[in-house]
Amino acid sequence: MISSNSKVILEVRNLSASVAGIEILKGINLTVRSGEVHAIMGPNGSGKSTFSKVLAGHPGYTVTGGEVLFEGQNLLELPPEERARNGVFLAFQYPIEIPGVSNSAFLRLTYNTQQAHRGGEELDPLEFHDFIQEKCKIVEMDPRFLDRSVNEGFSGGEKKRNEILQMAVLDPRLAILDETDSGLDIDALRIVASGVNKLMTPDNAVIMVTHYQRLLNYITPDFVHVMRRGRIIKTGGKELALELETRGYDWVDDEYQRAADAHGRATAKGSASAAGAGRAGAASA
Amino acid sequence: MSTALEALINRPYEYGFVTDIESDAIPKGLSEDVIRLISKKKNEPDWLLEFRLSAYRHWLTMTEPVWANVSHAKIDYQDIIYYSAPKPKKKLASMDEVDPELLRTFEKLGVPMHERKMLANVAVDVIFDSVSVTTTYKEKLAEVGIIFCSFSEAVQHHPELVKQYLGSVVPSADNFFAALNSAVFTDGSFCYIPKNTKCPMDLSTYFRINNAESGQFERTLIIAEEGSHVSYLEGCTAPRFDTNQLHAAVVELVVLDNAEIKYSTVQNWYAGDENGVGGIYNFVTKRGLCKGVNSKISWTQVETGSAITWKYPSCVLLGDNSIGEFYSVALTNHHQQADTGTKMIHIGKNTRSRIVSKGISAGQSNNSYRGLVKVSAKADGARNYSQCDSMLIGSACGAHTFPYIEVMNSTAKVEHEASTSRIGEDQMFYFASRGIGGEEAVSMIINGFCKEVFNHLPMEFAVEATKLLGLKLEGSVG
Ligand SMILES: Nc1ncnc2c1ncn2[C@@H]1O[C@H](COP(=O)(O)OP(=O)(O)OP(=O)(O)O)[C@@H](O)[C@H]1O
Ligand SMILES: [Mg+2]
Repeated sequence: MISSNSKVILEVRNLSASVAGIEILKGINLTVRSGEVHAIMGPNGSGKSTFSKVLAGHPGYTVTGGEVLFEGQNLLELPPEERARNGVFLAFQYPIEIPGVSNSAFLRLTYNTQQAHRGGEELDPLEFHDFIQEKCKIVEMDPRFLDRSVNEGFSGGEKKRNEILQMAVLDPRLAILDETDSGLDIDALRIVASGVNKLMTPDNAVIMVTHYQRLLNYITPDFVHVMRRGRIIKTGGKELALELETRGYDWVDDEYQRAADAHGRATAKGSASAAGAGRAGAASA
Repeated sequence: MSTALEALINRPYEYGFVTDIESDAIPKGLSEDVIRLISKKKNEPDWLLEFRLSAYRHWLTMTEPVWANVSHAKIDYQDIIYYSAPKPKKKLASMDEVDPELLRTFEKLGVPMHERKMLANVAVDVIFDSVSVTTTYKEKLAEVGIIFCSFSEAVQHHPELVKQYLGSVVPSADNFFAALNSAVFTDGSFCYIPKNTKCPMDLSTYFRINNAESGQFERTLIIAEEGSHVSYLEGCTAPRFDTNQLHAAVVELVVLDNAEIKYSTVQNWYAGDENGVGGIYNFVTKRGLCKGVNSKISWTQVETGSAITWKYPSCVLLGDNSIGEFYSVALTNHHQQADTGTKMIHIGKNTRSRIVSKGISAGQSNNSYRGLVKVSAKADGARNYSQCDSMLIGSACGAHTFPYIEVMNSTAKVEHEASTSRIGEDQMFYFASRGIGGEEAVSMIINGFCKEVFNHLPMEFAVEATKLLGLKLEGSVG
């Protein structure tokens, strides 16, 4: 299904970023082509959410090096709202509550803003009503949630479902789903995963951050990346996730350390140009 | 992002211009002679001069209140002009003779003074510095027996009504600023709705301070006779000066059996600049008396201007089954200070009150809610519900809540809820990650926050208020 000559959507080169003066991302390399599903796994605190938020443009994080091209354009120079309008979507690990703002008004504003940007047709509240009913079906969301304030008082699982509803409304080119599966019950996981599958096309791509194989049973990844201490230290196919499930992460780390040491000895003699950082991640390109 | 929000909150004040018009002002300073002079200029009856003088004598014995959560340099009451009026070229017979400069001023402010130009069905009384310039739709209202005119006119033409009700709700010695107002008030609006009359249009007063050195001390009196109903709107702006001007108004409402007054304010006095220089000191006493059974007073206010706001629109629920309501949005930015809230005094049986207060603080401002719910011993079955929500934008501002509850009747039910939230970076980022920029995000959050209050404003005012909050908050989330 994937041919290596399908269009590159996202190109991350040696990206490093810090927050509050602490370096969290230490040289990430990743290439995502249209039609691809990438899974990012890795222990708690390894930098998965940080990476997701840096891609979406969270102002709290400072990019300290590297570059990110989105459809050939420098993504890092754009403010977050423009990244979103251009088709970058982040489903949050912890979606925030917005009291007083109705879900339907919020969704309509996001949709119309997007449409205005793309030169498409904006919808009035009545037209939007019909449009959103259809979108709700994709994630089997009870339309009553549309009348409530955005995420306010939603259960953990309901918030995640609401994120995917937003994805359905915005139809992004690149969706980054940060632990969308966590907090979902067994049925909800199946429903939300099938929703994501329905939204997949040959022209878009998904990066899924997850801790568990069970999500990958429903959405088959083309690549599985392991992140550790702000780097992608291993990349493999879907079978890597199964291996991680049985063996944990330490062996990947050991393997990476050995490779880095070997590489360090090799480069110590000659040029130091190819620093160890992110080498493993380059394999996905 | 924080700069985007900064820019969003800090849009300049657009009503800060000064009208170049010749005015008839008396010299600065306050004394019995000044009061006599004001009274004489206004050709007032002796009882009114006496009312002023006794208020003044009482005021001399009083001290400025210090309990409010605001601070300002000492006000020099001798450095204020107590009477300033645009000089009429001659006596006005119709709107067409109003000074064109004044007309232009109000056009710029968006206040329609020509009846034929009026969009909405609203009668307007316009107060410029110390005097009422014009009142529209007067004749049409007179047909149903409604009196809507400037306070000065009411003193001339309806002295018996003024005498009966003036000071009946806010006694002249009620508090420091009310006493000052009672001594020197120059004009304001007067409104009388006869029995069983539903006022066919909204009544509105528009206040404008133009003179840098004059204070504005207006007095509004509204009387709703049995079974009547009126909706009254009040708006205000002032030029930008780097000195502070004092605005000390008194509003009195009297509501008889089965009658209702709905009083809405959008206050946009000049707030001072981003460093806190200049701006209006808005020290206002507003009180309504639900005198009759089943009477109702509903205050709705959107306070966005003034360097300092000190204001507690209140309801005295005397009549059995009477209802008092207070819906408020108070927004402060930069160095603005607001100490505002309400008093609900339950005296009659089965009286009910409802308080919904929304405070929004940005910049380095301070926003306090101060409210009193008092249930007297005889107020069987009294009920109150209060809700005070604060929203903080940025981290340098403050929000405070001072609810006082005094209950002397065991059958009373008093409920109070409060919440504080903050528009923070993560909320803004959530919007941004969905393609919505800072300005729109803030306005959506704020409008959501204020919805319950805006729903109580007349349509055009609600639109105006929404726009105003957007303007005021330009650039302020960090
Ligand atoms: N604002 C911050 N201040 C200080 N440290 C931070 C901040 N944000 C993130 N970090 C740190 O960065 C590291 C990476 O965090 P991140 O949330 O990206 O991890 P994660 O891989 O998503 O973990 P999890 O699987 O638990 O979601 C953590 O050690 C975290 O404590
Ligand atoms: Mg995470």
